[in-house]
Amino acid sequence: MNTKERSKTTRETSSGNGRTPDIVASQPLLLPAERLETVAAWGGATKSLSYVYRPSTVAQMQEIFALARRSGRSIGLRGAGQSYGDAALNSENIILDSTRLNRILDWNPETGIIEAEAGATIGQLWQYILEDGWWPPIVSGTMKPTLGGAAGMNIHGKNAWKMGTIGDHILEFDLLLASGEIVTCSRQEQSDLFHAAIGGFGMLGCITRMTMQMKRIYSGLLTVDAIVSRSMDQMLAQFDEHLPTSDYLVGWVDGFGRGKGLGRGQIHKATYLPPGADPYPSQTLRLDFQNLPENVFGVLPRSIMWLLMRPFMNNLGARFVNLGKYYASVVGDGKRIQQSHAAFHFLLDYIPNWKWSYGRGGLIQYQSFIPTANAGAAYKEILARCLQRGLPNYLGVLKKHKPDDFLISYGLDGYSLAMDFRVTPRRLPELLKLTRELDEIVLQANGRFYLAKDSVLRPAVFTAFLGEEPLNRFKQLKQQYDPDNILQTNLWRRLVV
Amino acid sequence: MSLQPARPLEQHPKAIVVGASVGIGAALVHELAHAGYSVAAVARRETELQQLADTINTAVSGPNRVLTYTHDVTDFDAIPGLFQTITGDLGGLDLIIYNAGAMPAMTADEYNFAKDKLMVDVNLLGAMAWLGEAAVRFTRAKKGQIAGISSIAADRGRRLNPGYNASKAGFTTYLEALRNRLSQHGVTVTTIKPGFVQTAMLDDAPRVFWVISTSEAARQIMRAIRHKRQSVYIPWRWGLVSRIIQMIPSFIFRRLNV
Repeated sequence: MNTKERSKTTRETSSGNGRTPDIVASQPLLLPAERLETVAAWGGATKSLSYVYRPSTVAQMQEIFALARRSGRSIGLRGAGQSYGDAALNSENIILDSTRLNRILDWNPETGIIEAEAGATIGQLWQYILEDGWWPPIVSGTMKPTLGGAAGMNIHGKNAWKMGTIGDHILEFDLLLASGEIVTCSRQEQSDLFHAAIGGFGMLGCITRMTMQMKRIYSGLLTVDAIVSRSMDQMLAQFDEHLPTSDYLVGWVDGFGRGKGLGRGQIHKATYLPPGADPYPSQTLRLDFQNLPENVFGVLPRSIMWLLMRPFMNNLGARFVNLGKYYASVVGDGKRIQQSHAAFHFLLDYIPNWKWSYGRGGLIQYQSFIPTANAGAAYKEILARCLQRGLPNYLGVLKKHKPDDFLISYGLDGYSLAMDFRVTPRRLPELLKLTRELDEIVLQANGRFYLAKDSVLRPAVFTAFLGEEPLNRFKQLKQQYDPDNILQTNLWRRLVV
Repeated sequence: MSLQPARPLEQHPKAIVVGASVGIGAALVHELAHAGYSVAAVARRETELQQLADTINTAVSGPNRVLTYTHDVTDFDAIPGLFQTITGDLGGLDLIIYNAGAMPAMTADEYNFAKDKLMVDVNLLGAMAWLGEAAVRFTRAKKGQIAGISSIAADRGRRLNPGYNASKAGFTTYLEALRNRLSQHGVTVTTIKPGFVQTAMLDDAPRVFWVISTSEAARQIMRAIRHKRQSVYIPWRWGLVSRIIQMIPSFIFRRLNV
């Protein structure tokens, strides 16, 4: 009783100390330290602390937007955190993680139109629709990305020259603006915002729900042809030859090939089975059939593969692995197999946590997009430069693309080469120097870059490839829909602000 | 006032120095900035603080630089907010050094509660308020380093300034306890016990010897921090002196004028 009274007095004294409630309210609100989490770029080469919130409803999201205003902190939108670099990092500020907003809301197996919340993943999507004979028109090399993240980065797959990007198949979406208001965007309604928010790396608003058109398939299998390429020139010629008859086309590039063998590798060409070709479609369209096998070579558990790969993730080991893979593709040239969709597409999920094999420093990916006419010369120069600098890439992937009509776009009529580099403290300065040299080669060749993969771009290079005009247009929209810069990420601050 | 935006692969370490305007703190800010840190310099004296930051920011090129925050460590209520502001401005935190300290002049028979309270407030409670914030954060991050500039005065209670001895002894014990709590989370806590360092504190000291400059002290402190030491004397020979002094039995010690 006595204590109670005393504490009451104390409170009164302190409130009578000239501190009016108004002043207290105008002070920025403190964010709770227990919300602090280490948030890492997917490649693991960079990480930082953020106040992480995982809302499960749109109303909770709106509360977080209000919280950001009261605390004077920005919000970085994060899906599954599959971007290689800092696209889903927001150091010392709020991270709005959408992975719990992951419900499939509506599915029409007649029309193939699906409606889902933004935190639903590509994996959820295909597993939901497959048995009805549908497949997402665009999937990435991993099934982990959320739909919101995929739209924000406008991802592509191994059929980008034919089917474009995921944005091309989004019919409409709801966008939660910084003001807390929700607008529905489609090609007809709010078309400006539609074309800017897709690919807009989460800077204009938070996609909360979307509808997409799926693609009809008639079998759970793909016909896959393996073709060896003895040089970069040959690989590009083979791409030209096979593009018209392929549904998916992807090239693996040996980063260690030199001289005549520079840019050598292997192409995988996949085609859907036409109706009637699969005698038992209801069998192959089952989820069980699509599941990735538990063991590699039948004996090694997939979960420990990263550990076994670790000794090979250095220049010598990777040379050995790439060489082995190349000779295997020489031997296997012309081989045709039938493979399930999941096995063909989600190669990156085949070995769980394969990035760990790159060690503590993690990895970065450098993916450049170059117009068809310049691609051969530029990619040979890029590969040769990497070898010359003693920093060969350990995994190279070539794909074909086409232009798209989104504001922030990496699309062009040409090729992309994605290269994985290991990051270690010792290699880092050289690696940064190398990527700057590569930036020059790409810009010279009228090339472009893809923000989902980026860790190294500088503002000048970003502006140079994107062009002043689209960037200014984007900044205008940002000013219009998020005047207080509530939505930010490390990527945004690094490239634009 | 903030730093250049972080580039993912070009991160540099970030530090807070509390009590940074003059003396050892200022020298530490110099050392840290030259070692590539971004430093938040926190101190009461605005003019000195600004001068220090200007000197370093013009001398050191590159993205790392000194940010300044005027703050009195006895303004305990302001500390959580300021801590969050600073970590936001720095874009992270790897190291916090609590260097704020008060030692008002005392005569041999003086009993002065105001002075004692000031010393406990600045040397101990301020440290608890600041380092408690850092401890929560570093626990979440599973890494980080805390360093406290205590004193050789922490090792024995002596005639001249009981309040100072008590506050520093409290601080040293607090740091030890923090270390025992935080080491399991990958956080290092370093206790620094300097002997005589050429600062304003020495002006009133009766007898001084083995005096080292603030920059020498800062260099040695940085070495201890780099090597993640638990507890060091600056310079090291004070460790021997302290060992001996601690062994002197009380019935002798109270007769000695040390």
